[in-house]
Amino acid sequence: MSEQLRSGPLLSVEQLKTYYPIKKGVLSRTAGYVKAVDGVSFSIYPGETLGLVGESGCGKSTIGRSIIRLEQPTEGRVIFQNENILEYTPQKMKRVRTHMQMIFQDPFSSLNPRKRVKDILAEPLMVHRMLEPDQVQNRVDQLMEMVGLSKQYKNRYPHEFSGGQRQRIGIARAIALEPKLIICDEPVSALDVSIQAQILNLLKDLQQELNLTYLFIAHGLGAIRYISDRIAVMYLGKIVEIAKTKEIFNNPQHPYTKALLSAYPSPNPRMRKRERIIIQGDVPSPANPPSGCRFHTRCPWVMDICREKEPQLKGDQHAVACFAVESPQ
Amino acid sequence: MTNLLEIKNLQTSFLTDYGEVVAIEDVSFQIKPGETLGIVGESGCGKSVTSLSIMRLLGHKGRIRKGQILFQNRDLVQLSEAEMREIRGNEISMIFQEPMTSLNPVFTIGHQLIEGIRLHQNMSRKEARVYAIDMLKKVGIPRAETLIDDYPHALSGGMRQRVMIAMALACHPKLLIADEPTTALDVTIQAQVLELMKTLRDQTGAAIMLITHDLGVIAEMADQVIVMYAGQVVEQADVFTLFDQPKHPYTQGLMQSIPHVEREEDERLTSIPGTVPSLHDMPKGCRFQTRCPYAQPQCVKQAPPLLAVDEGHWARCWLVNDEQNETARSVSHV
Amino acid sequence: MWTYIIRRLLIAIPILFGVTIINFIIINLAPGNPVEMFIDPNVPQEVLEARKEALGLNDPLYVQYYHWLLNLLQGNLGYSFVTYQPVTDLVFERIGPTFLLMISSLLFGIVIAIPLGILSAVKQYSFLDYLATGGAFIGISLPNFFLGMALIYIFALQLDILPTGGLFTLGGEGGIGDLLLHLILPTVVLGAHIAGKFIRYVRSSVLEILGQDYIRTARAKGLREFWVVNKHGFRNALIPIITVIGLEIPLLMGGSVVVEQVFQWPGIGQLMISSILSRDYPTLMALNLLAAVIVVVVNLVTDIVYSIADPRIRYD
Repeated sequence: MSEQLRSGPLLSVEQLKTYYPIKKGVLSRTAGYVKAVDGVSFSIYPGETLGLVGESGCGKSTIGRSIIRLEQPTEGRVIFQNENILEYTPQKMKRVRTHMQMIFQDPFSSLNPRKRVKDILAEPLMVHRMLEPDQVQNRVDQLMEMVGLSKQYKNRYPHEFSGGQRQRIGIARAIALEPKLIICDEPVSALDVSIQAQILNLLKDLQQELNLTYLFIAHGLGAIRYISDRIAVMYLGKIVEIAKTKEIFNNPQHPYTKALLSAYPSPNPRMRKRERIIIQGDVPSPANPPSGCRFHTRCPWVMDICREKEPQLKGDQHAVACFAVESPQ
Repeated sequence: MTNLLEIKNLQTSFLTDYGEVVAIEDVSFQIKPGETLGIVGESGCGKSVTSLSIMRLLGHKGRIRKGQILFQNRDLVQLSEAEMREIRGNEISMIFQEPMTSLNPVFTIGHQLIEGIRLHQNMSRKEARVYAIDMLKKVGIPRAETLIDDYPHALSGGMRQRVMIAMALACHPKLLIADEPTTALDVTIQAQVLELMKTLRDQTGAAIMLITHDLGVIAEMADQVIVMYAGQVVEQADVFTLFDQPKHPYTQGLMQSIPHVEREEDERLTSIPGTVPSLHDMPKGCRFQTRCPYAQPQCVKQAPPLLAVDEGHWARCWLVNDEQNETARSVSHV
Repeated sequence: MWTYIIRRLLIAIPILFGVTIINFIIINLAPGNPVEMFIDPNVPQEVLEARKEALGLNDPLYVQYYHWLLNLLQGNLGYSFVTYQPVTDLVFERIGPTFLLMISSLLFGIVIAIPLGILSAVKQYSFLDYLATGGAFIGISLPNFFLGMALIYIFALQLDILPTGGLFTLGGEGGIGDLLLHLILPTVVLGAHIAGKFIRYVRSSVLEILGQDYIRTARAKGLREFWVVNKHGFRNALIPIITVIGLEIPLLMGGSVVVEQVFQWPGIGQLMISSILSRDYPTLMALNLLAAVIVVVVNLVTDIVYSIADPRIRYD
């Protein structure tokens, strides 16, 4: 963890905004925007895992895709290796992609069903010409072993594997180019519970072995807690709280974080009668976010100022965006 | 108290391309009126098949080969289709996992609600509509009078699940089968829906059969729990006992492998190695032997029956016996 | 919704424009010209030349097109090179029978295909299923002129219960009954092909719908299987079928050309063929324009009906 203080961040996101236009009218004019990501800033330090958690519609997947430019951000900067990669040409981006990879959520649709495993894993190596052609298959074997798959399966097709095994293939593909940063977009959500544990352990082990940095996106707090060093909680396109994992769980500050933690059913039947914070209503639409603090429509501690002004993230090691926290009543 | 529902040695099979495959075997349990039974297990363990068997919604390819399903002392297996239809949606209701696709997109919410109401109750269209609005209010749908004429796609997942609950409870069923009702929902919405189910359960006195893979939900809601693995019941107990003293190695493994919110960060997740055996290829002895850290030669040779651990606590494992013997021996020393 | 309709209509204008230009070019590229179609070889060359000049055929192409367009915008479709009748009259005379045939064969096809398609899907892989899909296959594969002539042979010549062709019996008083009798065979011929196509669409659409979660919900409520399939299932299965029906209508126009010949049905199909053979440019242009307008309108109507049937689709 002291690495954080020694070196600067590996990746810095500054005021990132990704808006999708809504087209209406005879001439398809832009009537408004779906503000999927609306001004998000954070840094990830080498060797750490930053967990990004939030419920559906909060924009966490969009952030992941925006950073790696699978979606085009509307505004903001993404600083990687001291340069803003949002301004890179496609050729330059190609080089960056050898350092930044992604693992996807759905193991069933993220692998090309018409390619054998060995081809799926060889592809990134061939595209980026990282190895001599005769060395490629050796590397493929090595990758498969690293993720716990027997190399005798390399001639099989994806549909011959289980969900957990396919996710391992996806991971092998992501580490093929020896990236520095891997963005994990809900990598275990689609898997059975006992397989989740296997994959999470694999990710942890690989992080140690290969000195990886993770941006781990999930909606399940349990998995996030297990794997993250720091956690950022998102709501409706903004980060509302960001702190070390222990802090988030032992000392949640933002009302949404508290509600989120409280909403988790505890696997201890004796805790079932405890006081829980159950927030009412549904998440507002990102096309039409509430004025002021986005959470004010559902916040049990809402004050007048929350309806008018937007709170900013304040704090150093433990940052919160909430007026009630700034000036406790 | 007589049992509301009693399943005895249920065996259900499906016709597949590989021939007839047995999906669940030797499944037995009871539910008392007003009780909540949790069925926990991973995908493929047979928990959904069990619920579909009770509702007799197995489709062309499924059939119940053996066993009895006694609902208020009537064997549902023997009933005709017409008799079952009287029961479905009326005495036994079911809600499913995917609220986004469980409602017909071309009919309004009201239409679908009223259809169910008028099917089993003698009401005019007007009366049914009033009643439907009332039900929607009971499940916490805001502006029920206008929303009733909306189409499902206008509602969020949480709202749709509430509508499903309203539809299921409209005819005052004695038993509600909920198959992973909150799995597809965000966690804060899940909390809302579970609270709702608890309230309605207390109000109506309905029994609930809650199927899920989430141990947290089980801890939150269930009175009794059965754990299923590879088509069989492997452990059965009341909820407190199950969490305090899980006896079957699968249950223990499951509890240790779930990364839940209250676990300390440094504890390593222990995962259960291997995968569930396929239904065509079941091992002859205990079905869990290939993944069990305590497997003995006996486990390979003979399939264990459900053995009593204690009063009301059963586990399908030979080692239970050994521990029994241990305790008996240690007690006798005292 | 209205903005959507207006937008579609606005887009239709350049489309139709383009269609007429392309048509005009292709028609004029074909070898020969109307004047040469005069059969009498005794007509002297100067007369032919004078005729050509009078019809404006010596002007450059763009001038000819311009004149035609100008007339069109004034509501004048020109005069037939062959009969000198106003094209408008010619087309209107014949459009009635064609529309009648199109509608009746479409209805015939749908009425057969929908129940059979649903039954096929519900009783998948049963004997009925194989019978229906087999029949559908035959319906699509049999060339319609062959089917037409075979039916004429059987029912008109051998059994003598149906007329061989035409709109009404020659020398008879006409009337609805007579018309309907004459309508039967051409409808069956055109309709067989439609039914064949549609059975398979209906079947696959219903099959897909029956696997949906809301069907399971309907059963869980205690609904009878009949209503589960025909109310909950069919309403959803109908949605993609609407699109298919919409696509079929323009194709029907093409199919009717052959059938009209076989049955001597006095529709625009016949007119189309005779205009092509005689190089009757104005009539051809008008007929092609008519076809293009029908396609555009049918597509728009299909999309609108689609949005009515499926509440999830809303245009704005």
